[in-house]
Amino acid sequence: MKLVSYFRGEAFQRGVHPPSCKLTANRKIRRLPFPDRVTVPLSQHIGKVPRPIVRVGQDVVRGQPIARSDEWLSVPHHAPLSGVVEFIGLRPGMRGTWIESIVIRAHRGATQEDLWGRPRDLSQATGQDILQAIWDTGMVGLGGAAFPTHAKLSVPKQAKVHTLVVNGCECEPYLTCDHRVMVEHAADLIAGIRYAMRATGAVRAIIGVEDNKPDAVRVLRQAIADAAAAGVSEEIHVEAVPTKYPQGSEKMLIMALFGAEMPAGGLPIALGMVVSNVGTLAALGKLLPLGQGLTERVVTVTGSGVAKPGDYRVILGTPLKFVLDYAGVPAVDALDARQVILGGPMMGQAIGSLDVPITKGVSGVLVFRREDMLERESRQTYPCIKCGECVESCPMGLNPSTLGMLAAKREYDLMGEQYFLGDCFECGCCTYVCPSNIPLVQQFRVAKQILREKAA
Amino acid sequence: MTQPLIEIRSAPHVQAAKTVETIMRNVVYSLLPICAFYVFQYGISALASIAVVTGACLATERFFVGTGTQAGRLSDYSAVITGLLLALTLPPGFPLWMGAVAGIVAIALGKALFGGIGFNVFNPALVGRAFVQAAFPTAIATYTPSFLPGRFTEFIPSTLAWPLMIPADAAVWLKAKHLDALAGATPLAKWKFDGVLANADELLTSLSGHMAVGPSPLLILVCGAYLAARRFMDWRIPLAVLGSAALTAWLLFAFDPARYPNPFFMLFSGGLILGAVYMATDMATSPVTPKGMWVYGALIGLLTVVIRYYSGLPEGVMYAILIANAASPLIEKITQPVPFGRGAILGMDRVKKRASYPLNPGYISREEASAVTPKKRFLPNKPKK
Ligand code: SF4
Ligand code: SF4
Repeated sequence: MKLVSYFRGEAFQRGVHPPSCKLTANRKIRRLPFPDRVTVPLSQHIGKVPRPIVRVGQDVVRGQPIARSDEWLSVPHHAPLSGVVEFIGLRPGMRGTWIESIVIRAHRGATQEDLWGRPRDLSQATGQDILQAIWDTGMVGLGGAAFPTHAKLSVPKQAKVHTLVVNGCECEPYLTCDHRVMVEHAADLIAGIRYAMRATGAVRAIIGVEDNKPDAVRVLRQAIADAAAAGVSEEIHVEAVPTKYPQGSEKMLIMALFGAEMPAGGLPIALGMVVSNVGTLAALGKLLPLGQGLTERVVTVTGSGVAKPGDYRVILGTPLKFVLDYAGVPAVDALDARQVILGGPMMGQAIGSLDVPITKGVSGVLVFRREDMLERESRQTYPCIKCGECVESCPMGLNPSTLGMLAAKREYDLMGEQYFLGDCFECGCCTYVCPSNIPLVQQFRVAKQILREKAA
Repeated sequence: MTQPLIEIRSAPHVQAAKTVETIMRNVVYSLLPICAFYVFQYGISALASIAVVTGACLATERFFVGTGTQAGRLSDYSAVITGLLLALTLPPGFPLWMGAVAGIVAIALGKALFGGIGFNVFNPALVGRAFVQAAFPTAIATYTPSFLPGRFTEFIPSTLAWPLMIPADAAVWLKAKHLDALAGATPLAKWKFDGVLANADELLTSLSGHMAVGPSPLLILVCGAYLAARRFMDWRIPLAVLGSAALTAWLLFAFDPARYPNPFFMLFSGGLILGAVYMATDMATSPVTPKGMWVYGALIGLLTVVIRYYSGLPEGVMYAILIANAASPLIEKITQPVPFGRGAILGMDRVKKRASYPLNPGYISREEASAVTPKKRFLPNKPKK
């Protein structure tokens, strides 16, 4: 398998093939009803936390900015609901800590249309104007990293960008939200790509889609042809890339498309590229001309514990409990232990409370029943038997076996200096394949954290 | 309202099906046909030897796991593998009590001493075998021919020796059966001391009963191929061992064909195939890095041939593997993989030539783009597959 792909020169080396389990790939995106109350955490993205600009008791309309910051690396938040601000303070967050949030109670009978917005004509806008408009939408990377999009798309003075790489791989098992967006909102996506190309000055855009989504490739090619017929002049390609985890990581995608290894520690911009995710650009294509803010996103709700799995359009701040109720997670057997994960199964975050809200970076909600977890739980953890599986699956070409043994000995400095711990992007391949059931990634996360603290 | 009970674990939340148990179990399965053939060759003595040695390994493992001085569990099958392999390397008529000693030493000194599964530096089966080779030099060099008549009803007399007693002399017993005592020599010993080369079919299949050949190399290769195909074993190590042994033997053969046997004989005589497929590939004692596996395998092949030619011993696989085991951490250290994106820094840049798109579009501004690629736009949109 690996040998074949190596000689055919496809994709990147190593990586894994977890069962894809894309149960919801053929279901249309449906809208989740509006909850009575939403909780908007102020810290939803990388960068500075914006401050609230509303007061408790104030009426807000859907789409209105409720928090902002003047820092560069920060974006505003918008009210997902028309209602009244009920509370500003600490609420449970997804990583277990309580974080400052704005709670909005919906007005009964409000239509919940997007009432707020500053439509503008961007046809003559400069790159700077478009970046400003992107900032206004409060857009962050919807693929999970939640990095402010305007910052990602802005090109430093000395750099030159020629290519916009659009990431439609969705290599995580189970998740289908990007897939559905590509199929159903191809026109928005093309529009978003064109804005992003103008903002960055890229001359071509290449959409990389894993080849397990042939329908998305077809729809996108059609949409591009339609756009061309309508006089769109940008050069946009769609490329099917091999299905393999973690194809959706920037470095791996660039490897698959251009055959170039991104230098370690570098950014795509060093190669003249900017990478953005399809969900993000599709949302941009819709919001930018209307001048509206990001108030909802598509979330895949799936897993063996969900009765009605599907891709749902969920307004930000919806409590997880509400989402799960609607998607038919049988809450009756309340004592039945289960696992709830925000994000995909390989890199997602297991959460401990159903009160946490959906935020901008949540691409999926996975619910596993207790029965599904039994097999994994019954696994015994052995010492590393040096089988070499992890070495052969690490997409970054690290040696997780040695790293794991060093972590057990707390030789964190050695890990960082000689074994390139810093290159690990926590994809989880090594832990996925480890027959000894060693929690390698977790050890690496801890080690990195300790190194960061040491450096600080 | 009662909150549902939620479990928190760290990502990834899914895992591949392969576990230590499945790996070890499959290795045991693949060893069973080899053992069966071995019993077919040598009869109940071989069966008793396999049973006793494996039993001794399991009992010792049980003891050390029970006392908590060793990681792992009895049910992980690794002790079974050690036992079976150890039994296969001993002569069929090896006294059972010595076999039990070998099994105990293999687990106690070869594995438990280091902390159990995964921590051992040397292949436990070979530690056991090296111990008895030093302790009972006569018994370990006494081979009986395969396919003796009556092998399923009668034990080889040395098998049933009392503990701490000198076993009965096999040569006397063979004489009584009107067989030449030398028929009990292994092909390697025959070559080394008498200059007789065994035939190819004899070596490959071990089916005719003239010599005391071990388990059939062809069978071992087939079983090893099964393991490698299911990725329970790394294919690089056996390949490297056999390749380097063949290469070394071939070089010497080309240099002086009168003095050195042909490479084919080198490969298929003695325990080289068994060692290459099952002993050298022991995961814990071989390097984890792919490049390291090549180096490690090549070292074993080279050492085996050198020991066979230039030492007083007829067989060199065991020591070659033990030496390579000792060198394995060092090999691993110098063969660390080159991380993604660091090739250029370390002077081994890997840029794939056959990519779908050129890294640079060939034009750098949109004005230029419309000048250079007026027709290419949108179409054909890469239908190439
Ligand atoms: S988590 Fe890190 S070490 Fe493990 S496979 Fe991914 S990049 Fe490699
Ligand atoms: S996969 Fe696990 S057992 Fe195998 S070498 Fe890596 S850390 Fe060790």
